[in-house]
Amino acid sequence: MTTAEATVPRATAAPRVGWLRSFFSNPWGKPRFLSIWTWLYIIWTIAPVVIAVQFSFNSGRSRSTFQGFSLQWYEAIWNEASQGFDDTLLPALMQSLKLALLTMPIATALGVGLAIGLARWRGRGSGAANFLMLFPLVTPEIVMGASMFLIFSNLYHIRLGTTAQLFGHVTFSLSYVVIVTRGRLFAIGRDYEEAAMDLGASPAGALRRVLLPLLAPAILSSFFIVFAISIDDFVISQFLCAQDCTTIPIKIYSAARNAGNPSLNALATIMMLLSLVSITVAVLILRVFNKRQGTGRSAVEDFARFEI
Amino acid sequence: MSTPAGGTVGQRRWYYPALATPGIVWLLLLFIMPFYAIAAVAFGTRDQIFALPIPAWNPLEWQFETFSETARELFASGGLQAQFTRTLLYVGTSVVLCLLVGYPVAYYIARYGGRIKVLLLTLMIAPFWMSYLMRMLAWVNLLSVKPDDPGLVNRLLLLTPFVHDPIAWNSGTVSNMTVILGLVYGYIPFFILPLYAALDRIDRSQLEASRDMGASPASTFWRVTLPLSKQGILAGAVIITLPMFGDYYTPNLMTASPENTMIGNAIDLALQGGQGTQPKGAGLTLLLSAFIGALMIYYLVSVSRAAKEAQR
Repeated sequence: MTTAEATVPRATAAPRVGWLRSFFSNPWGKPRFLSIWTWLYIIWTIAPVVIAVQFSFNSGRSRSTFQGFSLQWYEAIWNEASQGFDDTLLPALMQSLKLALLTMPIATALGVGLAIGLARWRGRGSGAANFLMLFPLVTPEIVMGASMFLIFSNLYHIRLGTTAQLFGHVTFSLSYVVIVTRGRLFAIGRDYEEAAMDLGASPAGALRRVLLPLLAPAILSSFFIVFAISIDDFVISQFLCAQDCTTIPIKIYSAARNAGNPSLNALATIMMLLSLVSITVAVLILRVFNKRQGTGRSAVEDFARFEI
Repeated sequence: MSTPAGGTVGQRRWYYPALATPGIVWLLLLFIMPFYAIAAVAFGTRDQIFALPIPAWNPLEWQFETFSETARELFASGGLQAQFTRTLLYVGTSVVLCLLVGYPVAYYIARYGGRIKVLLLTLMIAPFWMSYLMRMLAWVNLLSVKPDDPGLVNRLLLLTPFVHDPIAWNSGTVSNMTVILGLVYGYIPFFILPLYAALDRIDRSQLEASRDMGASPASTFWRVTLPLSKQGILAGAVIITLPMFGDYYTPNLMTASPENTMIGNAIDLALQGGQGTQPKGAGLTLLLSAFIGALMIYYLVSVSRAAKEAQR
């Protein structure tokens, strides 16, 4: 405050301003402004989704006035006799599940092989392959979707549908598997395998009996991560779909603004639960493993520091 | 069972490349080749009768007529120029807003998280694993302008003394803000995460050294923390800029107005609208890729440099 202001009588305003100032700039406490900002941010990011989930349990058709709790919009997904039954919702759920479950083993197998190969192979071409592997992570999905759409319809002659979508999903989830597995490979180091081979194991034997058991947690958590990102994918699924292959995100995209009723929220809630549960499982697996390895940090922290 | 010599040098030499081969072949066939297909279609010709695209797989047969037409359309007023400038405006504004909103959050959690750090991190990361479409659906509901079921935001605003008529989120100037809100909401988790990683890595002793040397908290922030987190800001900005440039679903879901379409919408329309416009769509995709290619390469180079340092 300037001196001019200080001379002004401040009988009523001063205590409040003083309180506010000390609240926000107490040099010994945590910075309150940042703390409030952070909590507001968290509320802003999470509240809309919580509200969307809440209205999936609405007993009325509205998505903005809550009229009471009911499960009718979940029933509307599968029960043909129920009021508001929509016969496109269950097929979308099934298509999403089918794709995710098929993508899981294929992407994990290819990705783990790629990760081990790239980590242990120090020859010519390994640098290029390492670089190539990172590209799908940063390529905008529209470019990936468009490119696969064009080659499937013009060269490979793969009919747009489940098969094409499966190819697409495996391609973008491959890199995630490689990253998760590679992190563990660096942590394990080469000593165990070398010891096994010094004792007479072939590379295949060392892989099967030493490395793969050590990698099991990373492989298992890759499984769940692939499931989650496959369930959530929209752009590539949409580009590679002609008909009868609508997934949940495609269904949300096409119906959100028009045929708005809470059963769409119910479907979206199911999808969100599926991916959140599988990610939690993936993080827990890595965490149990980390505890045994004794890195001290939690898996969430590792994830946030990009150290998976 | 195994030879007494164990893995011979020869065996080791082919074994590991062989493990990587299926994955590499997969990426070559389904990631690299498709890129080539974009070029082949963009530089190809069209069937005279059915207007079906005839891709030119041989680079010697490439024709650039359709492509240069598309490129000209991108910058022609009345063509796609409006969409192109709108894309730049939306992406630029959204990245700046992500920085302004996200930096304090990442900074607070990294430095003052304390005992509830894991809780804060979990809450910060949670949206990362919620489907983008689910999160957009949430805002479609909140900002609904249907007369029979207006969204929650308008209902709340009408209770305040400042707003008398429901706001039309999907028209006029407001619609631009609605799309930007959608973009910031959608992409900010991806921005915050690398930023947090960079801030969390800053060694506290460096900040203490700065304070010990007599720097004020503000100048410590400007002269130590901010420069040290520059890499994280850049990484976050690149990570969200890349998908934002190709976004077509956010404007479509938030407003569904032709006044808010981005360049991604033009690509989506050309490619999925029919086979006749495939070369145009491919050309646009190619232009978009060239535009963001520099960003991508910059990012990949810095990531692999960081990975090499981490290995050391």
